[in-house]
Amino acid sequence: MPEGLTAVITAFPYLLQGSLVTVAVVLGAMVSGLVLGVLLAVGQVYGRRPVRLLARVYVWFFRGVPLLVLLFLFYFGLFSVLDINLSAFTVAIIVLGLISAAYQSQIFRGAILSLPEGQFKAARALGMSDLKAISFIVLPQALRFSIPGWSNEYSIVLKDSAVVFALGVAEIMARTHFVATRTYQYLPLYLAAGFLYLVLTFVGVKALRMVEEKVRIPGYSRPGIG
Amino acid sequence: MADESILKVENIRKAFGKRHVLKGVSLSIRKGELKVLMGPSGAGKSTLLQCINFLVTPDEGEVWLEGSRLNRARKHDLYAYRQQVGMIFQDFNLFDHLCALDNIEIGLVRVKGLHKDAARERAMGELERVGLSDHAHHYPAQLSGGQKQRVSIARALAMDPKVMLLDEPTSALDPELIGEVLAVIRNLVANGMTMIMATHQIGFSRALADEIIFMEDGQIVEQGPSVKMFSDAVSERTRAFCAKISELYGETF
Repeated sequence: MPEGLTAVITAFPYLLQGSLVTVAVVLGAMVSGLVLGVLLAVGQVYGRRPVRLLARVYVWFFRGVPLLVLLFLFYFGLFSVLDINLSAFTVAIIVLGLISAAYQSQIFRGAILSLPEGQFKAARALGMSDLKAISFIVLPQALRFSIPGWSNEYSIVLKDSAVVFALGVAEIMARTHFVATRTYQYLPLYLAAGFLYLVLTFVGVKALRMVEEKVRIPGYSRPGIG
Repeated sequence: MADESILKVENIRKAFGKRHVLKGVSLSIRKGELKVLMGPSGAGKSTLLQCINFLVTPDEGEVWLEGSRLNRARKHDLYAYRQQVGMIFQDFNLFDHLCALDNIEIGLVRVKGLHKDAARERAMGELERVGLSDHAHHYPAQLSGGQKQRVSIARALAMDPKVMLLDEPTSALDPELIGEVLAVIRNLVANGMTMIMATHQIGFSRALADEIIFMEDGQIVEQGPSVKMFSDAVSERTRAFCAKISELYGETF
């Protein structure tokens, strides 16, 4: 058996464990990004001027600074200045989540703006407060329409998560690098890492597609299928 | 004025930028009356109706419901007021993600705080009233325009409104669907619902309206009993408009 293949087979369980770490980081980031992203989107669409401005500045900042800079900024900078002791794993989730929130907010904002305005009006005409109308009428629809964009965001965050190896989080990339530098089997091992990312992308996108189908509003036709 | 008007609107003004859409409109309606707003598009009918329940915030003007003045700065009062003033829109505005039954139920549960079972029962009753109980689990996208409008009427009725505002409820419908919606509204009239309705349905208005209010350019130009308005309107403009509308829509009694 060629040496490369042996190296991959030997290292595979170790790499698989790494993919669990990757999945945990990505899920943590996506979910915290979802919560914060929804708040930002609602603030940007319905908020008063200062709220809108705050949301805009947030999005501008977290979309504008590179991931690696933010990781170092938070891990070695901010949290140590504030004397908060967090693991690299936690910081990775926080930073990826903060960035994803900026992107997700724009997905949700687009979805909210695409809804017919009249439904919000009708909800208020029934006596709902703005908050109720947003929670029960606007968001259930906007979140449905956001799934395709969210799926895209998932695949981006998944790939971005490879960068957190710079903090020493033992995810796919860190483990691959660790084994490769010891066995010198760079090509087969990085191919294996790439394969793991492809599988995770496939599974995640597929799962979201199923969710999209499951929550589809009856009678709404999909473009192209009629 | 101590008449027994259920809803009174005074001196509503609204400008969008430099365009004065409403230039001081006042009206009042007594219990069980149907008042019809007529006039060319751009006259301000739709803005007036939306100002009456503050979906559009008027620049000036006051509203009294059953004799008490609404303080709209108090959110709680405003929400309570809106519950009592039902609104029907030209393009239905059903909640697309909810089936017909849930469209009616959601206000009962989330606004009135009814228990789920009680809300369901009430919602079903309202659907029956508009003849759609067999469509309870259809989603808006699965309903015809006429059915959607009937669901939206049921949704408003479920809140037990004291007054209903109808903003051209049949204008977005195909001609063959107008009848079923008018039938429902006719039924409301028969049951004594108080309504202000913007419409071009001349036959319907002549037969059922207590008063026709003719608006143009953000003002009430003329108002009076429907019989009088159609036969010998005072202003030349009103007569011309009515003639045009009759010619366009025919005499659909």
